[in-house]
Amino acid sequence: MVKWRRGATTAGLILLGTFVITAPFIMLAGANPFAAYGEFLVSPLTSRYSGLEVLVSSIPLILTGVSVALAFRAGYWNIGAEGQLLMGAVAGAGVGMLVSDQSRFLVLPIVILAGAAAGALWALVPALLRVKMGIDEVVTTLLLNPVALLIVTALLSGPWADPETGFPESERIAESAQFPILVPRSRLHLGFLVGLAIAGLVWFVLSRTVAGLQVRAVGSGPKAARFAGISVGRTLLTVALASGAIAGIAGASEVSGIQYRLTGGLSAGFGYTGIVVATLGALAMPTVVLAALLLADLNVGAGSAGRVLGVPSQLGDVIQATVLLVTVGVLAYRRYHHKVLKSEVEEAPGEGAVPEVEEVDTS
Amino acid sequence: MTAAGDSPATPVVELRSISKRFGDVLANEGVNLSLWGGEVHGVLGENGAGKTTLMRILYGLSIPDGGEIYVDGDLAHFASPKDAIGAGIGMVTQHFALVRPMTVTENIILGRTGGAILDLDRAKDLVEEAADRYGLHVEPDRRLSDLSVGEQQRVEILKALYRECRVLILDEPTAVLTPQEIRALFATLDRLRASGMAIVFISHKLPEVMELTDRVTVLRHGKVVHTVETDEVDAAGLASWMVGRPAAPPEPRTHSEPGATALEVSDLSAVGGLDLPALSDVNFEVAAGEILGVAGVSGNGQTELAEVLSGMRKPTAGSIIADGTQIAGKGPKQVIAAGVGRIPEDRHEALVGDMSVANNLILEHLDEAGKRLILDRDRIRANALDLIERFSIKAGPDDLVKTLSGGNIQKVLLARVLVREPRVIVVSQPTRGLDIGATAYVRNELLAMRRQGAAIVLMSEDLDELLELSDRLIVLYDGRIAGRVDAAEADRDQLGLLMAGHTEVA
Ligand SMILES: Nc1ncnc2c1ncn2[C@@H]1O[C@H](COP(=O)(O)OP(=O)(O)O)[C@@H](O)[C@H]1O
Ligand SMILES: [Mg+2]
Repeated sequence: MVKWRRGATTAGLILLGTFVITAPFIMLAGANPFAAYGEFLVSPLTSRYSGLEVLVSSIPLILTGVSVALAFRAGYWNIGAEGQLLMGAVAGAGVGMLVSDQSRFLVLPIVILAGAAAGALWALVPALLRVKMGIDEVVTTLLLNPVALLIVTALLSGPWADPETGFPESERIAESAQFPILVPRSRLHLGFLVGLAIAGLVWFVLSRTVAGLQVRAVGSGPKAARFAGISVGRTLLTVALASGAIAGIAGASEVSGIQYRLTGGLSAGFGYTGIVVATLGALAMPTVVLAALLLADLNVGAGSAGRVLGVPSQLGDVIQATVLLVTVGVLAYRRYHHKVLKSEVEEAPGEGAVPEVEEVDTS
Repeated sequence: MTAAGDSPATPVVELRSISKRFGDVLANEGVNLSLWGGEVHGVLGENGAGKTTLMRILYGLSIPDGGEIYVDGDLAHFASPKDAIGAGIGMVTQHFALVRPMTVTENIILGRTGGAILDLDRAKDLVEEAADRYGLHVEPDRRLSDLSVGEQQRVEILKALYRECRVLILDEPTAVLTPQEIRALFATLDRLRASGMAIVFISHKLPEVMELTDRVTVLRHGKVVHTVETDEVDAAGLASWMVGRPAAPPEPRTHSEPGATALEVSDLSAVGGLDLPALSDVNFEVAAGEILGVAGVSGNGQTELAEVLSGMRKPTAGSIIADGTQIAGKGPKQVIAAGVGRIPEDRHEALVGDMSVANNLILEHLDEAGKRLILDRDRIRANALDLIERFSIKAGPDDLVKTLSGGNIQKVLLARVLVREPRVIVVSQPTRGLDIGATAYVRNELLAMRRQGAAIVLMSEDLDELLELSDRLIVLYDGRIAGRVDAAEADRDQLGLLMAGHTEVA
């Protein structure tokens, strides 16, 4: 279908652009760009352990990617997944430290729900400001990200600091709050299934339910949606909270699946990378998951490329940042192009802006 | 200005086999057109026929893909309007290019280099002289933002005269004018013609072309169908050239006895975009089986009235009772539920361009779109196929609305609304931008709804449309009802006066 082909060309353009831009830097670092990309993208998939590591590092990206894509589909520009993720991590860790040896089947759902609730709560205020007062959510959601990080830091340097070492890390969460490992001798944890399930659920809601149709209508034509009697405000509010909740789950999942405690460095900017993932995935859930896997592959590859080729492993970050910039550039170009074309058509033929070449029978 | 006595052996301007393509659309194909001093040349064609494109090429706004332009018999190349202006060509575009905070005189000299002071004086002289010679009355020191549309158009013409044009192009100049202003424009054009100017008059309104022009060129799908002396044709002949076959006569409007009052609007007031009062104390009733036309020069409250009646704008006072339900201040959802069908002036504000025809057709009644919460895709599709068939929409259920032509977009909207058999219909500019075929279709659908007993409020800037469809008319001026007229007795002059703000006594 057209949408798929368009998505594929966009992704192709982005990858090609990224390669062209980063190749000189790789050469400066003394490596062959083709070999380097092979190392970045292919080598992680050649061993069992690193292959599973790709899946592990895709977990937060799938969740934040889906979170951001859902919001963007409704035309709600949630840039605050990072803060929502951190608050979800705080809540997940809080629950994990409270419980002791209750059953996992009881505790894990609570951990996930707590993460979701905290993420949604963090998303609530900007959503209300947008819906009730028309205040731009891009700014408010973004500004709340450092606030969330400050809260984490404050907790870790005071009440939640490790009582034994005094390090800025919380104490370990109870065993019952830890996600089970899915594959022996790996770090692949339950969060992966949670991520896939949520991506599937969001896909289903958007494409197969009445509510999803509403969300899509609000996203691609808010005026027409309002005209048709859809409550745009309520739709945006719901989507914003759901988006925050999913990002919050990403945080809880990092605590319960990887760190087993709250740490300051728990998120490597996953909330921001989620924007790249969502954009790269063209806001469609199946491709968002693929985009998350691709970036995860790149992350893992960057580590080993450093060792094998002797290039700085920060090249991985450079490439990821370039992907982001190129993605934004391609999309901005698309939008600009679209607008220019549209305005030309509008300006030129006056009221006949829409071509009228059909023959209509007058019976 | 060139004197009238120029040698008539060569046309002032000649276009030879001009072609221009936009993507898949051949907007102009092998177009020949010659303009002689002292003639008004009508260029007639349906929307999208390529009239504007051709004139933009002549004015240097657009570069043709093929063909030549000759001025006084010599080959010319227009890379920009500056070249065209240099060759004596002036154009009044469909949308004016005036600087609103500046005065009339300043606007006229704008874009001319040289001694500003001298120019200012000369411009003022010209404005006064033009008023005498051509009946182009405007006050030189007024600001553009204080002028009516008709006056702004006069400024555009003055601008062209100031640049000493010999060819004046007017692109659909009457679309924005009241009948009186149209008469004044025609008088001006008569005098300009007498002074030897070549005038291109673009329109898709036949009576105007018949009245004003000496020769007429009919365009269809970018090609010249015929160029003839206006005397040698009649309106029916021109119409059939425009559409490529004899135009369908409008369905005769049968007399129907209006039923009980279905829509009652009392003391309605509302504010517009800048919180300025847009409607004041508007009162009217519409009976079942009746069409009430709302006339007025655009910007006198029609848009706001349509929005208020559609639930898209909250009134500041007053009541609206539609089929027994109070809907004043209610949102779109309640208004739809009260049985009001709404067709707004901007179709793109009612349909989601990036969504399929099928989804748009169900959008106002999402409660019927699913079993429990899950979309019933078979039902949505069946509904779409049914409506596509009944309203002969040329599209598939999965086509995105934005890919449809204007006529088909309007049909999607009509289908969504009319299939519900609404008791009350609020419809604005239903045929704006549509070709003759689609226009006839839409008008006949509205008449059919009237026969079935719907109460219809019709806003339109097209006076002919209002007179053809309405039973009664109200005229809005400055947000108030300036007059009420029975359509059968309506007289264009009287309507024109009311539209210009004269009260009923006049
Ligand atoms: N800038 C443009 N880009 C794309 N299509 C255009 C442009 N200008 C005109 N067209 C198309 O060319 C055709 C002729 O348009 P136009 O000259 O405006 O017709 P008219 O003035 O007779 O209504 C239409 O199909 C219109 O959509
Ligand atoms: Mg035009």
